[in-house]
Amino acid sequence: MDYKLGGAIMDKQLEVLSKSIEAIHDQAKRFGLDFFPMRFEICPADVLYAFGAYGMPTRFSHWTFGKNFYKMKLQYDYNLSRIYELVINSNPCYAFLLEGNDLIENKLVIAHVFAHSDFFKNNIYFSSTSRQMVETMSIYASKIREYEFKYGHREVEIFLDAALSIQEHIEPPSPFKTTNEELENPDSHHKETPYDDLWAIDSKPKEEVELEPNRKFPPKPTKDILGFIMENSSQLEDWQRDILAMVRDEMRYFWPQMETKIINEGWAAYWHTRIMRELDLNEDETIKFSQLHANILNTGGRQINPYLLGSKIFEDIERRWNNPSTEEKERYGRIGGKGREKIFEVRACEKDSSFLRNYLTQELVEELDLYLYQKVGTNWVVVEKDWEKVREGLVNRLINCGFPYIVVEDADYHRRGELYLKHRYEGVELDVPYLEKTLPHVYLLWGRPVHIETVIDGEPVVFSYDGRKNTKH
Amino acid sequence: MNCEFNIFREDWSLHRKGHLDQQRHQEKVREAIKKNLSDIIAEESIILGRGRKIVRVPIRSLEEYHFRFNYNKGKHCGQGSGGTSKGSVIGDSANGKGGISGAGDQEGIDYFEVEVTIDEIEQMLFEDLELPNLQDKDKPQIAIPSYDFRDIRRQGLMGNLDKKRTLLESIRRNAMKGRRVIDGIKPEDLRFKTWEDKIHYQSSAVVIAIMDTSGSMGTYEKYIARTFFFWMVRFLRTKYKQVDIVFIAHHTKAKEVTEEEFFSKGESGGTRCSSAYLLALDIINKRYPPSDYNIYPFHFTDGDNLPSDNETCLAAIKKLLPQVNVLGYGEIVNPYYRTSTLMDVLKRINDKCLKTIAVKDKAGVYQALRKFFTNSTS
Repeated sequence: MDYKLGGAIMDKQLEVLSKSIEAIHDQAKRFGLDFFPMRFEICPADVLYAFGAYGMPTRFSHWTFGKNFYKMKLQYDYNLSRIYELVINSNPCYAFLLEGNDLIENKLVIAHVFAHSDFFKNNIYFSSTSRQMVETMSIYASKIREYEFKYGHREVEIFLDAALSIQEHIEPPSPFKTTNEELENPDSHHKETPYDDLWAIDSKPKEEVELEPNRKFPPKPTKDILGFIMENSSQLEDWQRDILAMVRDEMRYFWPQMETKIINEGWAAYWHTRIMRELDLNEDETIKFSQLHANILNTGGRQINPYLLGSKIFEDIERRWNNPSTEEKERYGRIGGKGREKIFEVRACEKDSSFLRNYLTQELVEELDLYLYQKVGTNWVVVEKDWEKVREGLVNRLINCGFPYIVVEDADYHRRGELYLKHRYEGVELDVPYLEKTLPHVYLLWGRPVHIETVIDGEPVVFSYDGRKNTKH
Repeated sequence: MNCEFNIFREDWSLHRKGHLDQQRHQEKVREAIKKNLSDIIAEESIILGRGRKIVRVPIRSLEEYHFRFNYNKGKHCGQGSGGTSKGSVIGDSANGKGGISGAGDQEGIDYFEVEVTIDEIEQMLFEDLELPNLQDKDKPQIAIPSYDFRDIRRQGLMGNLDKKRTLLESIRRNAMKGRRVIDGIKPEDLRFKTWEDKIHYQSSAVVIAIMDTSGSMGTYEKYIARTFFFWMVRFLRTKYKQVDIVFIAHHTKAKEVTEEEFFSKGESGGTRCSSAYLLALDIINKRYPPSDYNIYPFHFTDGDNLPSDNETCLAAIKKLLPQVNVLGYGEIVNPYYRTSTLMDVLKRINDKCLKTIAVKDKAGVYQALRKFFTNSTS
């Protein structure tokens, strides 16, 4: 046994709790969950909510986090919602438990958290995330604090406002070794060691291609607006570029979490149920657990519940691979009895969009009573019940984590160094008032007029901001 | 089986980041309110909802803007409790929020609303307003209890410790022993600031609120005038314990009315502003001798005075000016037509006691308050 107790106090409660953790830990191992070493911390509500609002305990300071914190804390104070735990993708894996959880709540939460940790460790979309982000963000936070001290709190805040306004527009980290860029330029091969350049030292330098006067920049549209501005804006000071790099890095860390909400929560809910069933619970605990569990899987007011949807799909996969129908046997050659194996495979290779596209069945759509709705006049009306269309609608909302897909089309628009962005319109319009308020932020980063092309009422429209006013044509 | 876990319970009491950033957010809210004060104080919900303590104020500058989809134009995925069919209405957007707390997070809310108490608004609004040109008069009437820290004692409350004097005592004690150091602080070194109760006398003042209630004052003009007087009355009652306020309503004739009548009554008829000024003169002569009172008449009108009355009016104002501290004249400018107004006549007077302002829109009320109730010379 190599666990120790932090703080000086090892009171009764903590002793009981660590016994439970041990039992849950052993059970999770028996089930084959493969997780990072765990570090549990018990903390008071306002600390837990602060972590929730910042996404990370060590993250930098900004008023928007304060605003979120206030909102979340208010909901807690009014008993409207409650976070029981918070778990961080790191090695060791940090899990924060709410002080004041009772023992059975903690048991459920701990079982849940072990499954999250397993997911972080094994899902391919997390394979390229840093597991030291707690420390990294703490360094970022202190750098930003330094900049505030050096360049003024107000100055840094205004810049962060702008940087955060386009933080979602990055190239998501790719779980696969080769990136598109490498496929397109085969000679920019992946460097194995920092000294690889030495081997090429004798080869002739490539002839400089003369720049054609009409050459486009960037040569190919890029989705990484934040990175593009960071590298190419002519206006930025070093500290500002550094802030953009940090914001971008943090976003790349959070991205896989945003694209695996349903599958990750589903996985955790699936396992906390099974682990809890194996524990020695007394009658009171069993009842309390059932209540809690029912609460978690509750379908409240039209909202899709990721815990419910995700765990239902996992259970469905397990069932279909354990006892395939005759058709499944014949068409897909499923031999049966492979349910557990299959769900472990699914948790390793899917994200929300592919998880739903591949495994959300007609039966589930009907059982869960999923539908698409839309605004008709002043009413919100159910417009689609057909299971394939519902699945498609659901998957579409998950693409690019639900953010509009916008690329840098031209960074020398009008031959005046203006930035031309293009929204890849796919049927859903942008929020125009928001767009017009975001452009000045982008202008601040780029330093020259900015434009964005999108589609409104079926017509292409370009919105521009030139430093003084918004225009549209 | 090896156990790969630790459990910790630490002291988090110093983790204040969330609270600090929340404070910064609140500061920004206050900044935003202050910036929008001119719009906020003209909000009908405040003026009409008298007695309500909390108002909701939209703060658009505190949104976290980014490129996002138009929530109202997309298809969203929802979950029913079974048996939902195509065409079912699941919510209406009439209540603004769309009844949807759906897949997105708080989309559908168009702006961030904060709740502020009237008290907070008042605090910000009145912060740097004052009765201008206030003079000491013969008969100080307003007694305001106050206190003054003007004594130093050896005993007192720790919160009132006078650090500088305490240190000096410590130095002196050491110096008496011939030591040139600051060496510790002994109980006998402690010195405390102590206060004395005293009564502070303020000169008495009277504000004469004059409003045009003639037919040409439409709903809009009346709203502007009442908004101004609403805040003026609140301001005087908050900041000055005992300022008399006299209300005069006029059309062709002027009469003194009660506060309630002043704020609710509408009249009709032509306009003869001189009637109001003459009545004000009369009231001053009878009840508020200028030797004893600071006098402030404030008049709001659309300026559409009977041309024949202008000269009488001018004479009355000229007679009034030497007796008052400030005379405020606010003219509500009708955006649709302009005729020769009383304002043109008043331009002939050059007296720093006369302050005039043209109010063009709701936001002008704020400017009027600032102009009339600050000491800066216009």
